[in-house]
Amino acid sequence: MHSTSNQFPTNVREAVLDDQLRLALGRAQTGFVTNRTNAIGALPEFEALRAAAHDVKEHTLAHLDFYLELFEHQATEAGAHVHWAATPEEAREIVLDICRKADARTVTKGKSMVGEEIALNDAMEASGLEVIETDLGEYIIQLSGEPPSHIIAPAIHKTREEIGDLFVRHHAELGFEERTTEAPELVSQARAVLRSEFQRADVGITGANFLVAETGSSVIVTNEGNGDLSNTLPRVHIVTAGIEKVVPSFEDLSTILRLLARSATGQEMSAYTTVSTGPRRQDDQDGPAEFHIVLLDNGRSTMLGGEFRDMLRCIRCGACLNHCPVYNSIGGHAYGWVYPGPMGSVLTPLLLGLDEAHHLPNACTMNGRCEQVCPMSIPLPRMLRALRNREFKRGLGTHRSKLALALWSFAARRPKLYHALSRLAMTTLGWLAGERGAFPWLPLAGGWTSARDLPAPEGETFQARWRRIAGKGR
Amino acid sequence: MTGSREKIMGGVRRALHRTGPLNVSMQRALAERIATHHAHVKPTINGDIVSRFVEKVAAAAGDLERLMSMSTVSRAVLEYLDREGLARAIVTSSDPRMSQVRWSNELTVESRPACDSDQVSVTTAFAGIAETGTVVMLSDQTSPTTLNFLPEHHIVLLDRERVVAHLEDAWALVRKERTQIPRTINLITGPSRTGDVELQMEFGAHGPRRVYVLLIGGSQ
Repeated sequence: MHSTSNQFPTNVREAVLDDQLRLALGRAQTGFVTNRTNAIGALPEFEALRAAAHDVKEHTLAHLDFYLELFEHQATEAGAHVHWAATPEEAREIVLDICRKADARTVTKGKSMVGEEIALNDAMEASGLEVIETDLGEYIIQLSGEPPSHIIAPAIHKTREEIGDLFVRHHAELGFEERTTEAPELVSQARAVLRSEFQRADVGITGANFLVAETGSSVIVTNEGNGDLSNTLPRVHIVTAGIEKVVPSFEDLSTILRLLARSATGQEMSAYTTVSTGPRRQDDQDGPAEFHIVLLDNGRSTMLGGEFRDMLRCIRCGACLNHCPVYNSIGGHAYGWVYPGPMGSVLTPLLLGLDEAHHLPNACTMNGRCEQVCPMSIPLPRMLRALRNREFKRGLGTHRSKLALALWSFAARRPKLYHALSRLAMTTLGWLAGERGAFPWLPLAGGWTSARDLPAPEGETFQARWRRIAGKGR
Repeated sequence: MTGSREKIMGGVRRALHRTGPLNVSMQRALAERIATHHAHVKPTINGDIVSRFVEKVAAAAGDLERLMSMSTVSRAVLEYLDREGLARAIVTSSDPRMSQVRWSNELTVESRPACDSDQVSVTTAFAGIAETGTVVMLSDQTSPTTLNFLPEHHIVLLDRERVVAHLEDAWALVRKERTQIPRTINLITGPSRTGDVELQMEFGAHGPRRVYVLLIGGSQ
């Protein structure tokens, strides 16, 4: 999809004024956060599992070439075709080529963040294929022509009423003429409509939560079962996955599985965890005749060698989004691309470039909750700081922020000057505020004071007070 | 793509400060790490694993009934169909365990892959996992995967002695009893569900609305 990350400030202004969005985000936050807290509270081994999962992924990344080759070898032995794509263009071309050779017209898709990353739907539609998203959330946003706003709940920003409107507009011709806004009816309707699409589809495309090197298997974790119908019913099954998805063995997989659902939805285990190995076997009565796995690099091997390597441990659970005050105020669309929230603010600049996405690392209060809740212990705040550093060095900030930072760093390197200036500022501000103790308006701080008062300093710097109190104490 | 594999592998190796593949002894050590199948951290299970399994199936919104023996399966299925107001027709797998069931002649029974019009499927689980209340379904020539997903009601036969404690035990059982890994392993934990409409949980999104486990074998 086309990125609007470089318009982040505008996107944010629109998002915070959207009352509907605020309502939806509030609901999501309480639901996901409470469920996760309860699930983790019920598992005394959580921290031990977290440490083990960290070690598993670090071990895998340190020997990634070995495990990728083993995966490829085992998958090929099982009859799968393994394809390598260095860039999104290559990945799209591989998928289109498979579809052409299979003489495909209709494609059903399970949810795949890599599919979004490489803008697969647009490419397939442009080449004349009919593409149907089958995860209910993805289906809803496909009907409304929007990108996902959450990595595990793509239509989290949509209300029942909006979904009802969309369905009546698109399903009336299929015989569903009555508008409904009840969740059970909406779900049943989507089930009925999508069922016939599965039967028609020539190709099914899913992502992969994991690739198991031991057997060359791909693993998807879902709740709806749409991924499994995409796996099983069409003639051709294509998996699109990043190269970092590989784990060595089923024991390694088990450890990370115990963290994934709990961190994402608060379930102990999602309804469906499915391990697919190769195409349909000789005497099987169903399953795809062809099985393809497209391994995407798109910047990941570069990340492996640098300061953002930790990000490759990400299992896309969404916990960092759910616990981020910025995400919870602006929603996923404001981030302008596929991956939102803290993980997106790290990934987007790395995948699209700092020029496009340098605003995102600033959308962070540094409260550290994302790192605390991350099941893979990814140091998101450290990486966001590193990206801010890069932004400054590249001179990408606004003129005002660059000027402010330059002035501050000039003063900060001269302690006497710094103390003198802060003394002057504190005294002046304290005196100006007088009895009120707050400013309803301040020059250069209009953004703050337009919505609330700025508490005034009491007229003394911390250092001065420290000297005074410490002096008394002795 | 031609050349992309070399490009990606080259990039990965450069990032890892290497110029070629790992040396042979290191490769052997990594293969050994997989072959030992060492489990990392397993959640503690207090009490016996069958009770834990029963408890966790319920926690995952699954239904479960305990039967003394295979001889009561047919009656239990009939009662379920009547209770739910469903037609007395089922579609089943044809694995050896299933062939031992003596179906009542009041039931229409077909053994084949599922299609859209099927309301109820009955299949045999390879194992049950007590840790999470999960049933393990393997695909093969007698057990088509569609049976696990297309019908709205999925009835699962599970022998009590096939309940294992942890996920790792299920993988070990697959390795022990199958010469190769099946095309599809479905770990199923309760019925299909979605939270995509305002995060309100609804069952039967694409897969079965109900999962009904018949746990077979007298109590310990």
